[in-house]
Amino acid sequence: MTLPNQQVLSPKLYTRLFTTDHRIIGLQYLALALFSVTIGTLLSLVMRIHLVWPTWPLPLHGLILPEDYLAVVTLHGTIMLFFVLTTAPQAGFGNLILPSQLGARHMAFPVLNALSFWTTAAALITLLSSPLVPNGAAISGWTAYPPLSAVAAAGPGQGLGMDLWLVSISLFALASTASSINILTTIIRNRCPGLTWDRLPLTVWGWFTAALLSLIAFSVLLAALLLLFCDRHCGTGFFVPTGDLVNGVLHRGANGSPLLWLHLFWFFGHPEVYIAILPGMGLTSMLLANFSRRRPFAYRTMIYTTLLIGLLGLLVWGHHMFVSGLNPFASSAFSVSSIAIAIPATAKVLSWLATIWRAKPQYTTAMLFSLGFVSLFIAGGLTGPILAQPILDQYLNNTLFVVAHFHLIMAMAGVFGLFAATYYWFPQISAALGKPNLILSESLGRWHFWITILAAYAVFLPMHLSGLAGEPRHYAQLTTGSLTPTTALLARTIPANLHTTYSAFVLAAAQLLFFYNLVRTLLRGTPAPENPWQSTTLEWHPQFTNPFFPLPASDEETEKIIVYRDPCHYHAPPSGTIFIPQWMPDASIDPKPE
Amino acid sequence: MPATVTPNRVEPDRRHHLEDHDNGSGRRPPTDKRTGGGGDNDNWDRSRGNYGPRERLRRARMGVFFAIASDLMFFVAIVSTFFVNQSTGHINVYNQYVNDWTPTAVPRILWFNTLVLLISSLTMEMARRQMFREHDAMDEWLGLGKPITRRTIPWLIATIILGLAFLAGQWTAWRQLAAQHVFFRTNQSSHFFYLITGVHAVHLFLGIAILIAAFTGLYLSRQLETRQIIVDSASWYWHAMGLLWIFLFALLAFCQ
Repeated sequence: MTLPNQQVLSPKLYTRLFTTDHRIIGLQYLALALFSVTIGTLLSLVMRIHLVWPTWPLPLHGLILPEDYLAVVTLHGTIMLFFVLTTAPQAGFGNLILPSQLGARHMAFPVLNALSFWTTAAALITLLSSPLVPNGAAISGWTAYPPLSAVAAAGPGQGLGMDLWLVSISLFALASTASSINILTTIIRNRCPGLTWDRLPLTVWGWFTAALLSLIAFSVLLAALLLLFCDRHCGTGFFVPTGDLVNGVLHRGANGSPLLWLHLFWFFGHPEVYIAILPGMGLTSMLLANFSRRRPFAYRTMIYTTLLIGLLGLLVWGHHMFVSGLNPFASSAFSVSSIAIAIPATAKVLSWLATIWRAKPQYTTAMLFSLGFVSLFIAGGLTGPILAQPILDQYLNNTLFVVAHFHLIMAMAGVFGLFAATYYWFPQISAALGKPNLILSESLGRWHFWITILAAYAVFLPMHLSGLAGEPRHYAQLTTGSLTPTTALLARTIPANLHTTYSAFVLAAAQLLFFYNLVRTLLRGTPAPENPWQSTTLEWHPQFTNPFFPLPASDEETEKIIVYRDPCHYHAPPSGTIFIPQWMPDASIDPKPE
Repeated sequence: MPATVTPNRVEPDRRHHLEDHDNGSGRRPPTDKRTGGGGDNDNWDRSRGNYGPRERLRRARMGVFFAIASDLMFFVAIVSTFFVNQSTGHINVYNQYVNDWTPTAVPRILWFNTLVLLISSLTMEMARRQMFREHDAMDEWLGLGKPITRRTIPWLIATIILGLAFLAGQWTAWRQLAAQHVFFRTNQSSHFFYLITGVHAVHLFLGIAILIAAFTGLYLSRQLETRQIIVDSASWYWHAMGLLWIFLFALLAFCQ
């Protein structure tokens, strides 16, 4: 008997490590993201501690100097944005789940897939080695604004550290492009018979749109990185203005503009945040529907809004540049397009609320995290139209208000999407590890959810207030130094900062529950029934969930995976709720009367 | 000592690709031709959605298409930077707004290089078309020699030579500019001249590597379908780079 995931069960380490099996690659991506998110979280705790106790010496390092703080900010942002929020939802769960949701046995290009993963791993290693070089890691933030990033003398870490950052992100851009080529081709070409475009689950639409955005955005980033590299090493000046004085050195020859970098970077950067969140949106739609035993409200509209959010995401990059000297007329145009995103986003929220309205949903942990996603999406989204107005943004752009906005809507909502995915798809994860149908403990999961959501709000809601009070972001130290009106003003934000720091510790500690749950279930979990959530989508087809399911001997049997209907078909006859999976032929549900 | 359990496999596992219409007894011939009988069970062209002998080829083409699309965005970013930089001035010490863009005169040899690249696209297309002659494909599938490889190789070699000639021509152009003391770091316009031609040359260099891989693949790969895919993908990439060069050359020659 040939097992479909023979590579998974192969005892050879080499075969298991450099496999082209998409599920193992998905797990490798998820492991990479889990490792990265741990480091990113620890870095954020270092920042939080430093902000309230500036004299606290970091073990093995000593006092945190302002440049150290900026390096930590840069690493935190880069790791979280690229190696967690881009990697885990799109490449991690994309590889693990996407092919089986399409009824496909492989990704379109398995070798390219493995290459993308190992390139991503190389990018992460390059980035993590940057704090170890002389002068440390780059300090110019994950956005790497020039001239700070273009001139090596601009600060500590802007020499070799910045070069390593450039190399790392270039590798990451290449890997993401390759990965999105793979995802797009798989979705277009590898669907099983009967799986028409309008029968695709909304998760697949999320991955599809995010892959389209990666394809367009990452190559622009790559071009921008190349130009920045030339500015640093080949004597050009694309991003350095004439007569720029950096650390006492006058840069004459160049005739560039930092604004140009901002245009190129944010043309990538804004789609990037949608790449992070779109798979989560698709999953939320499907999970709310599944646990409410209903079809997602306005299914077809949800497909269009996903695509529309993607399209608008490409047209709004200027709203990151309102305070950077952008032409005010351009600001108005970008303001209009940014506020327009509220329309498809609101349509999504309406659909989510309408789907669960009076549905008496089943509150599993995955459902709770999906509801948390909706909550965070609304809470973070409401400040979006505020920041999209140039006048208000003038005041708020460099304050913690923006930090609160994007952490709620992108970071926290994104992570909640990942948690929902992990709790929901854990049987798939365990199946890929050779132990089919394990589910994470629901009671631990509930504790994990409630502590996480309360702590997440406790961390980020007060930031709105301290931001409105004028607390700037990227500042290593707020109140020490000479007594000026500013320090007097910021002294008022100290209680809020203390609160945020304590909450951040609670938030981080709650994740230990999650780790414990993962480890305990993998070691000692008992198998659940097949398709434990009674889902209708194809990844729960017995052929995909059971690694010991015999591979069909002939082509004819492979074709037995045929899709007959849209996802999310639930009936509520008097005898109780039944669900009709996509792969179930009509005849087996209601046999025609003789 | 623990007992060693050895699975007793009667038959060695055959590698077969179910999605590619291979049920272990050999694949269908990689042609569009309707073969097989007219009966129900032996008709190779019955409608099966995305399953069929051409499926792998179409999948590979789509991948190449997306790769080219993303590469196009890379060049779009660089070309838009070109226009922005070209129209950007600065304020000098006398408080005047000046724009000191000095166009780089395009070396004459680039016209010749463009012609070479265009011809190489033609030879590449000839190589590609040789791969899909159905008569030969059936011959080869039946084991009657390798007519397809034999016909394709000369065109492929011609393309590789023309590609190398183009790269040599670009090298000469850079040398000519350097002789006029126009280097990468000389002025804004020269930054872009070297950057655009250089990045395109890197792409062509990669293209030649792919062509050499295709050449090797023609000898090494036993599957006709695989050989078709390698040459087909290489040729679309080559065409895209040729087309892109025409735009880039027009930009450098006429839009400075």
